[in-house]
Amino acid sequence: MIEVENLTKYYGPLPAVQEISFRALRGEILGFLGPNGAGKTTTMRILTGFMPPSAGKATVAGYDVVEDSLEVRRRVGYMPETVPLYPEMAVTEYLEFMGSLRRVENLDERVDSVLEQLGLEDRATSFIGALSKGLRQRVGLAQALLHEPEVLILDEPTIGLDPAQIIEVRELIAGLRANRTIMLSTHILSEAQQVCDRVLIINRGRIVAEDTPANLQAQLAGAERVLVRAAAETAELTRALRKVPGLDAIEPTGEEGMLELSGPPGKDLRPAVARAVVKAGLDLLELRAVGVSLESIFLQLTREETQEDSPVE
Amino acid sequence: MHAVWIIAQREFKRYFISPVAYATAAFMFLILGGIFSLNIYLGLPSGQITPDGRMVLQPLVLILVFVTPAITMRLLADEQRMGTLELLLTAPVRDWELVVGKWLGSFGFMLSIVAVTWVYPLIIHRLTSPGIDQGVLVSAYLGVVLMVSAMLALGLVGSALFSSSVAAFFAGLAMLLALWIIGGLGSGVGPISQVAGYLGLMDHFYNNLYRGILEASDILYYLSLTGLGLFLATQIVESRRWR
Repeated sequence: MIEVENLTKYYGPLPAVQEISFRALRGEILGFLGPNGAGKTTTMRILTGFMPPSAGKATVAGYDVVEDSLEVRRRVGYMPETVPLYPEMAVTEYLEFMGSLRRVENLDERVDSVLEQLGLEDRATSFIGALSKGLRQRVGLAQALLHEPEVLILDEPTIGLDPAQIIEVRELIAGLRANRTIMLSTHILSEAQQVCDRVLIINRGRIVAEDTPANLQAQLAGAERVLVRAAAETAELTRALRKVPGLDAIEPTGEEGMLELSGPPGKDLRPAVARAVVKAGLDLLELRAVGVSLESIFLQLTREETQEDSPVE
Repeated sequence: MHAVWIIAQREFKRYFISPVAYATAAFMFLILGGIFSLNIYLGLPSGQITPDGRMVLQPLVLILVFVTPAITMRLLADEQRMGTLELLLTAPVRDWELVVGKWLGSFGFMLSIVAVTWVYPLIIHRLTSPGIDQGVLVSAYLGVVLMVSAMLALGLVGSALFSSSVAAFFAGLAMLLALWIIGGLGSGVGPISQVAGYLGLMDHFYNNLYRGILEASDILYYLSLTGLGLFLATQIVESRRWR
């Protein structure tokens, strides 16, 4: 449904996206994960026909985004970041306007149907300017769904929402996957983990990793991490743990008396750590294995990337 | 063309729900009404002014130079500022359809305002006998309508250039004033004056249409100015995509 090959976009001399390639299949939710300024929005704007790429090729629903831009735009539902809306319009009025621009058939029925789908029935006559951020997000989503698009592109759909609203929107998105391709961008890792079938990690305009959330997690499960807390000063605890066999790294956690340790894969560090703490005469308060989250993969990937790219001065 | 119509309708309606449009209309009719009344009560009895249906057209044209950029200033500037341009340009709408739709909506609104000013010649017609020259009046009004069309298209260029409506207003006003002043240079002799005279915004109106002289070249001038404005605005919108 979405095919991207060597896509590059320059803003003046600055590359925003460099030679990225990926695919998304029908029925798939593809996550686009990366820090701010990584090129997520640029890529989405190219895919929705808002701006052309500087080089490379992208097809959406079988149409080239440059040559058949209008055909692409007919088939894509798009919710831009920050959800631009007309505050002086009522919800229904806005949806009718966007729907008639898109020549949606049976417009009244479609409007009623998306209002119901997004739980906006009782807000149909409210002015958009008077709605809360969460409701506006839903209006933006309603607009993107109005023409029953094959491809749905959502730029940061949960940004700025409160936790309850985030869960709501995520559930909504999961419910929309049937028979269409959804691509969503986020800089929140747990979101990509929960919602997406596949995750692309993008940093500084390049794709640095691409896999299922589970595989990405496994990739970095190369290390066993353990969290230890003792009734002692951090320095004292560090000294006590230095002699633990097989320990690769000791990292401070920012909290006094608490450290994060990592060791080689497959080796549980906990028994040795416990013994070392007790032997040093300290009181052990907490000791547990820490799962590797996508978060740390993400941090690691993006950090490495940054270090490689920045020249030594 | 479908999209042009949808966008035009929306803009047209938007003028009637926004206070800005009513304030503009009130401002215009206050001034025009004042000038008209003064003419009727003071000018006509003293014999200084002869009854003429075009009595309010000169002040109307002057006011229009300042009002049309205000009418067009938000059309594209607001869409850019609020980010809704992204929404419109990712819908199956061509850039020119957006621009023409916006222009058509504002043109419709200005036509309704200009139509209301027809009430003044009607009053004069009833006050005087044998009435006024309807032919000249129609020709002069055709000139006003053509001029409004061109002014709005140029205002739209200003609105396409900036995302701030204030900047868009001054850009539009500057273009209109420049064309007006260029026309002033046309009073001399020689080729430069001739060209300047042709480019002048007001000259085609006051020299011919206002006097009841219908010439293709004058009509063509305003139509090409409208076309040029719409073309430039489209190019600017399109260039935003390439940045």
